[in-house]
Amino acid sequence: MADIYLDNNATTKVDHEVVDVMIPYFLEQYGNPSSIHKFADGVARGLKQARQQVQALIGCEHDSEIIFTSCGTESNSTAILSAIKAQPNKKEIITTTVEHPAILSLCEHLEKEGYTIHRMPVDKAGRLNLESYKKLLSDQVAVVSVMWANNETGTIFPVAEMAELANAAGVMFHTDAVQAVGKIPMMLQDTKIDMLSLSGHKLHAPKGIGVLYLRRGTRYRPLLRGGHQERGRRAGTENSASIVGLGKACELALNYIEYENTTVKEMRDRLEKGITESIPHCFVTGDLYNRLPNTTDIAFEYIEGESILMLLNKAGIAASSGSACTSGSLEPSHVMRAMDIPYTAAHGTIRFSFSRYNTMAEVDAVLEVMPNIVATLRKLSPYWDGNGPVANPEQAFAPTYS
Amino acid sequence: MWDYSDKVKEHFFNPKNAGAVAEANATGEVGSISCGDALRLTLKVDDDTEVILEAGFQTFGCGSAIASSSVLTEMIIGMTIDDALKVTNQDIAAQLEGLPPEKMHCSVMGREALQAAIANYRGEVWKDDHEEGALICKCFAIDAVMIEEMIWANKLRTVEDVTNFTKAGGGCAACHEDIEGILEKVLAEKGEKFDPESAPASKSEPIAAVKGPLTNLQRIKKIEEVLESLRPALMADGGDVELVEVLGNTAYVKMTGACNGCQMAAMTIAGIQQRLMEVLGEFIKVVPATEMAKLTNIEVA
Repeated sequence: MADIYLDNNATTKVDHEVVDVMIPYFLEQYGNPSSIHKFADGVARGLKQARQQVQALIGCEHDSEIIFTSCGTESNSTAILSAIKAQPNKKEIITTTVEHPAILSLCEHLEKEGYTIHRMPVDKAGRLNLESYKKLLSDQVAVVSVMWANNETGTIFPVAEMAELANAAGVMFHTDAVQAVGKIPMMLQDTKIDMLSLSGHKLHAPKGIGVLYLRRGTRYRPLLRGGHQERGRRAGTENSASIVGLGKACELALNYIEYENTTVKEMRDRLEKGITESIPHCFVTGDLYNRLPNTTDIAFEYIEGESILMLLNKAGIAASSGSACTSGSLEPSHVMRAMDIPYTAAHGTIRFSFSRYNTMAEVDAVLEVMPNIVATLRKLSPYWDGNGPVANPEQAFAPTYS
Repeated sequence: MWDYSDKVKEHFFNPKNAGAVAEANATGEVGSISCGDALRLTLKVDDDTEVILEAGFQTFGCGSAIASSSVLTEMIIGMTIDDALKVTNQDIAAQLEGLPPEKMHCSVMGREALQAAIANYRGEVWKDDHEEGALICKCFAIDAVMIEEMIWANKLRTVEDVTNFTKAGGGCAACHEDIEGILEKVLAEKGEKFDPESAPASKSEPIAAVKGPLTNLQRIKKIEEVLESLRPALMADGGDVELVEVLGNTAYVKMTGACNGCQMAAMTIAGIQQRLMEVLGEFIKVVPATEMAKLTNIEVA
């Protein structure tokens, strides 16, 4: 069997139809969209169509609310920095402990510059407490930034409800929706969300293209100045081929959104059920009843994630892990820590994330190798003894810290 | 994906001596479950000869942690415990054909488990003597704790100071923002304020640069002087340098201790060369002494 790609929350394969619509923008319509000649005369039309395709997927009222950027991270930075620059007297930001580093690192940086950052905790299932959220909202808060769906566990936050609450308190609301767009049906015009970030490469468009949705009337300050592109809200020559590709990808995503929530979900569920039934001492993390349809994050206790990934890779299977070693840091994933997953499990989390390109046969292939991989590593583990964990594992093996 | 050597993969996919040794008379347990790496090493030592007859490992950790454990057991079986104590983490890394800087601590864990096991055999208590922090400088594998300690100990005030004393930040320079952050934090703890413009901390007796042509004897003396000044920084990393020979404009040096076999040795040598050229005011090439035989032969021919 060909290699199996189950790391679609990291990035996705570009759809062939997307590549096809992009090619003319490299070879024929390569003119600068601002130019007045035949090498550019179709570009503006292509960009307009792409804007409308994005608009249709996220359900916003006007296509002029779509600003093309270079990536999700740029959209996130633009949104938060715009909110604080437009409201210089407000010195607080509300976010969560489980955001992507694109938000968390920026907030940490702003904290050094004197901003107060409220990082809302989550419970063991990765859920927020809306009562404490309400108490944080005030006229001191410049912006709330809460992800729509978590990249590691797939847990979905109630962003529409949270945006309503923010709006009622007169606070701007931004959501990092790079994992949610294309997997969850959206109708932004019916919400009070002011800004939303999305990223092309998470939905079968190329890397290097993103979108910031900016509700009409939201006060805004550009990150990049220097040109009239995107109505002066994001200067820089348009990445026309990628924009057109993203438009096509959004059109396809809209067509497949039901498939994502039925067939893709069935594959995810089958894998999850198969693993948890055949392998002892493992559990699914996050909010099991409120998740992206394509994601499962499973903690294998008493073994470490990078080792699991290396053995999976040898078997031709690609996934990802929240262990410290995978990233070269000293702590396991901040999302696992925020959910209070014990260290002996947090380091052994493996995320399988599906796309419409996966098949049931691939699920069965993973189910065939997974029990052996886990057993092989448990044989090496000081926390494991024969067929189960040692009694009182934390006491039985308590190494000197080094 | 980490760039693991074939040797690391070989030991990870087919680990040697996995599991606990039956009737072990020495056990060492080190690591930190919060960091995601922990190791139990069990040994069977011959009481008469003190030779390690059997060694087994149980490791919770990543590919390089398992590979380091596996290769360590292979290395020490058949050694006396005195010889085994001389095994350094660089020896372990070298045996694995190198480890990425982020993963060097896996080899440290192997060496410490060995020390702990031997202490256990001798009825002693092994104590960990270092704390590990977040990796700051990826070029030279220097962590935050090391930088903090050096700032405290040597009254460092600028990024340049930190580079001079620890090498951190002396490579690609991408970590300078992080180093400034550490300086800000430590200086605040000391009741001072970080000022990027402040003068560098006084180094021990700056070496006067020389002008004009040098006799070979003058050159050798000056080189010795420069190496002496660089020694504290190398020793802080557990390494050292020794001048072996000077032939024309080439200085042959022997990197010892932790510097021996370290992937960073080449960059360290480049740093020494730079400093020598600054002081001597002439071109000088620094070459590992291991290259001497080859090069002198070529010159003779």
